[in-house]
Amino acid sequence: MTTKGNKTMRLILMALALLGILFVTGCSTTPKQQINLEPPQHRAEDIIKKSVDYPVDVHDPMEGFNRRVYTFNYYFDKFLYLPVVKTYEFIMPDYVEKRISNFVDNVFEFNNFTNNLLQLKFKQTGITLARFLVNTTVGIAGMWDPATGLDLPRQSEDFGQTLGHYGVGNGPFIVLPILGPSNLRDTTGLAADVAAFSYVGPQDWVDDNDVTLIFNGVTAIDKRHRESFRYYQTGSPFEYDMIRMLYTTKREMEIAK
Amino acid sequence: MLKKLNRLIGACACLLLLSSGLVYAYDYPFADPYVATVVNTPAEYAKNIPEKVPLKFGSIEMFPEREVPGVLWNFKELYYSYLRQKGPAPLIFLVAGTGASFNSSKMQGMQKAFYQAAYHVISLSSPTHPNFIVAASTSGVPGNLEEDSADLYRVMQAIWQKLQKKMEVTDFYLTGYSLGGAQAAFIARLDEQERAFNFRKVLLINPPVSLYNSVLILDKMLEQNIPGGLDNFNAFYRRAIRAFTDVYAHGNGVEFNDQFLYQAYKYRKAKSDENLAALIGVSFRISSENMVFASDVLTRAGYVVPKGLELKRHDRTTDYVKVLGRLSFLDYFKGIFLPHFQGQNPDLTEAGLISQMSLKYIEDYLRSSPKLGLIHNEDDVILLPGEIDYLRDVFGSRARIFPHGGHCGNMAYTDNVEAMIGFFRTFHTN
Repeated sequence: MTTKGNKTMRLILMALALLGILFVTGCSTTPKQQINLEPPQHRAEDIIKKSVDYPVDVHDPMEGFNRRVYTFNYYFDKFLYLPVVKTYEFIMPDYVEKRISNFVDNVFEFNNFTNNLLQLKFKQTGITLARFLVNTTVGIAGMWDPATGLDLPRQSEDFGQTLGHYGVGNGPFIVLPILGPSNLRDTTGLAADVAAFSYVGPQDWVDDNDVTLIFNGVTAIDKRHRESFRYYQTGSPFEYDMIRMLYTTKREMEIAK
Repeated sequence: MLKKLNRLIGACACLLLLSSGLVYAYDYPFADPYVATVVNTPAEYAKNIPEKVPLKFGSIEMFPEREVPGVLWNFKELYYSYLRQKGPAPLIFLVAGTGASFNSSKMQGMQKAFYQAAYHVISLSSPTHPNFIVAASTSGVPGNLEEDSADLYRVMQAIWQKLQKKMEVTDFYLTGYSLGGAQAAFIARLDEQERAFNFRKVLLINPPVSLYNSVLILDKMLEQNIPGGLDNFNAFYRRAIRAFTDVYAHGNGVEFNDQFLYQAYKYRKAKSDENLAALIGVSFRISSENMVFASDVLTRAGYVVPKGLELKRHDRTTDYVKVLGRLSFLDYFKGIFLPHFQGQNPDLTEAGLISQMSLKYIEDYLRSSPKLGLIHNEDDVILLPGEIDYLRDVFGSRARIFPHGGHCGNMAYTDNVEAMIGFFRTFHTN
């Protein structure tokens, strides 16, 4: 382990400590439910029927914890992540940003390739391989994307989708620190994708801690730069419920594709 | 011979004149008002406006003393956006439609169009948006046109206080779409007395005539178009998702963005308007849920949240979503709105309150004020039969009514953007 590794460790520990504080303070203010409240005009017991399915219902046994991580992510975004991304956007010309995005996407074709293969989608696997070859050579290390123009569109797949493809259910909903909404299946998938990427994929091929560190940093900034979602900007008091429902539906669609 | 030729040339010239002047074709692509309302204006038909503008965001505290319950914590300050021209320029305020924020896609389109036409622009959320209810509504009970418009007017003055050093303003203008259009008219009327801005021109885009009538229409769109009724909403939702997945999987290069609905429409055209009407109804119901919940919690009305229950920032809210999903605007009207205003004025009748929620309430002003203008659609789906004729009668030559476009569907269409900008360019048409 290098000192850089230690630094990363320290950052992670700090983030975890913050999360811990948030969770503890959160728990200590758990509302005491007053028992003798006058019922509202429209009571849940009268309106919600057991026999009816609601799209907004998502299995979420850890909701209290998840909501606190959601809040943590908001502050992490606000005070660290987004300022860094904004600085990046300020310094970099749009043109360079686009080249970096393409470069990052091209490296991650590795995961699209393995997961298309694992789902036995041979045509898509072939397209992914062809894309990678064309973009790495003609597209100069992936900074340009001539493949899409040659009718070789990106075939996005991840291990969460692979699991879903073989019938693995969502599992409980999870809000991951920094990364946001997920569920047990997709979190497992993410861990598998990261492991494959590091131990048998590009990171292993390069085998250089400095390069890996820089690449991870660039990826983290580039991904947030491209993600327009901002916590608590939907204008809905039910944002957590809405995001949970939309995430679940979106993944269902991606798996069915 | 020469005479004949002259006559021929004359006839040709006449024909040419006629064809350019009379055969005005309105080529907005959707003749079906439900398709127009849902799909809006596809990029290839939209007026070219700049992609990036130097948009700035701001926030303001209207009620520093107000205690905001934890579940609404992020709504304490009112957010808005503005665009500033370098030199002196007119300033236009934009008011969003029902449930929409200052940053909704329609607002973004308008902002850019006015910025391109060399205006300073300030964009405001609708008084029915949870942020406005919590941060800027005096009563916390949205829907009263006169009161909400007065709140907007106060907000506009407060923001102007903050920004006036940054902007060199020559004149003030105002516009709004949908509910924001109706509010623009009420604000214009208030401004005649208070004179804080002395608006030079005010444009109403697709306003409802009677807010009450329009929301009943929107409630019905949801309630009458889900096969088997709202108990089967989940089945409807699943069918819609399956259809969209189909488009996503088989459509060529389809992506999830603002063009998705148009691509879906091209891929499989709806056989009837029922599903489209249901989608409009769903969208309106979601806005209502947000609005009513914010109002209920803020005013402790005991509507769906028990009185005295303090909802914290991390408390579960799913049951409230489910309950509010089943309640119509009429339920809100009877459960929170009417009691609140009758509490202030015991002589107020239900019919009296409904009549206040209408442009008819200020008809005299609408008829007489030369600064007002109207852009509307013949086939707007939130109007009752006859209401468009009423508007045509009231606004006369100040009305520009397009043959189709549904409710606000054609707002980004080239002719519409030009009509909108053109209205403010020409002073005193009569």
